Amino acid sequence: MKQVICVTINREACELVVEPHRSLLDALRNEGGLTGTKKGCDVGECGSCTVILDGKPVCSCLVLAAEVEGAEIVTIEGIQPSADVLHPLQDNFMKCGAAQCGFCTPGIIVAAKALLDENPLPSADEIRFALAGNICRCTGYTKIIEAIELTARELNANAVAA
Amino acid sequence: MSRFDYAEPTTLDEAASLLRHGGGRATVLAGGTDLLVQIRERVRAPAQVVNIKKILGIDQLEFDPELGLTIGALTTTRAVETSAVVRTRYAGLHSATVHFASIQVRNRATVVGNVCRASPSADTLPPLIADGATARIHGSGGVRIIAVADFCTGPGKTVLAADELVTHLHIPAPPPHTGKVYLKHGRRMEMELATVGVAVTLTLDGDVCSEIRIVLAAVAPTPLRALAAEAALRQRRVTPAAIAAAADAAMAEARPIGDVRGSADYRRQMVGVLTRRAIEQALEAAR
Repeated sequence: MKQVICVTINREACELVVEPHRSLLDALRNEGGLTGTKKGCDVGECGSCTVILDGKPVCSCLVLAAEVEGAEIVTIEGIQPSADVLHPLQDNFMKCGAAQCGFCTPGIIVAAKALLDENPLPSADEIRFALAGNICRCTGYTKIIEAIELTARELNANAVAA
Repeated sequence: MSRFDYAEPTTLDEAASLLRHGGGRATVLAGGTDLLVQIRERVRAPAQVVNIKKILGIDQLEFDPELGLTIGALTTTRAVETSAVVRTRYAGLHSATVHFASIQVRNRATVVGNVCRASPSADTLPPLIADGATARIHGSGGVRIIAVADFCTGPGKTVLAADELVTHLHIPAPPPHTGKVYLKHGRRMEMELATVGVAVTLTLDGDVCSEIRIVLAAVAPTPLRALAAEAALRQRRVTPAAIAAAADAAMAEARPIGDVRGSADYRRQMVGVLTRRAIEQALEAAR
């Protein structure tokens, strides 16, 4: 039996109409039309479905849509400050060449956003630890870590200037 | 994913009643990071999923110097990992939660869920058993408390009846001069299941080991207390020869199988190496 789930997705209140066995990932993609969040392994091993749920990064494939009533969710589509301005992480992923095929990129940017929200100036080791659950089969991770370090430095410099 | 009915009880009695009526076809959902994978991979096909996250009073992470640590059924692995009191007083459990899947998984997974999953390679079980933890179990008939050491009966099997769920874990406060270590050995550091795990909790009285528990992971159908290894050190001076004897005893006690993560022989060898290292590190921490 379908049920109506009221959630806030990317700062907008909305309703998802789902059956209880549907994952949050499927609900976001199929009911919400938010296909930026990718389905890789569907068993919590690849991290490409990472979203921020009530402030914490989670694998949306391992959450039932029925569980998130009242929750606040941020997906890759909600990372941008406004429609025509990219988040610095998105900018720097392009600048550093941190994406190749791009399939893991949304999950990694969302996981990196969650990291920087909690730890604004992480070391390279802390970045690696935070991204352990995000698999990229193209880049070898070096440029991804560079892009996140660069973003952290920029955001901190801006915070000091302001 | 196969279809199931879904319920959100708000009390433990309601949850127990749902589980009783489900008669083994209903299952508890807490973190969901194991359950949803098992349903998707058709290892399990429950008729009903009982989400216990709406039940109040089972999400504690509290330390009392007399009573020790209480971990509720809804307390996430990440909350335990990032707790200062767990890091300082329950170092074995802390290590077990740090190198456990990914942050995304640890933000959902619960320590109680890791216990109830009863995997032979479960990371949190060896340090919990080494620390003398107990589980508080709620069922239709009331509450019972059992040692975590007696909780698992086989791979994926526990003493829980169909209508029971674990609501809390209690871990005693460590006595002074106690060192705790959990060493996990895998093919890589993160996103890995243990090929072998060894937990040691050791208490010193001067240079004599007054109490020690050694628990092995992934080398038997359930976490295995290495009783002969413990006996090689209990009430004795902790000398290099005594440590070597304990490591040899642990190797003899292990009952590993060979699988994709390592052969039985390799696992047995690593039990020896890791037991020695874990005792040495626990000794250092206890001083």
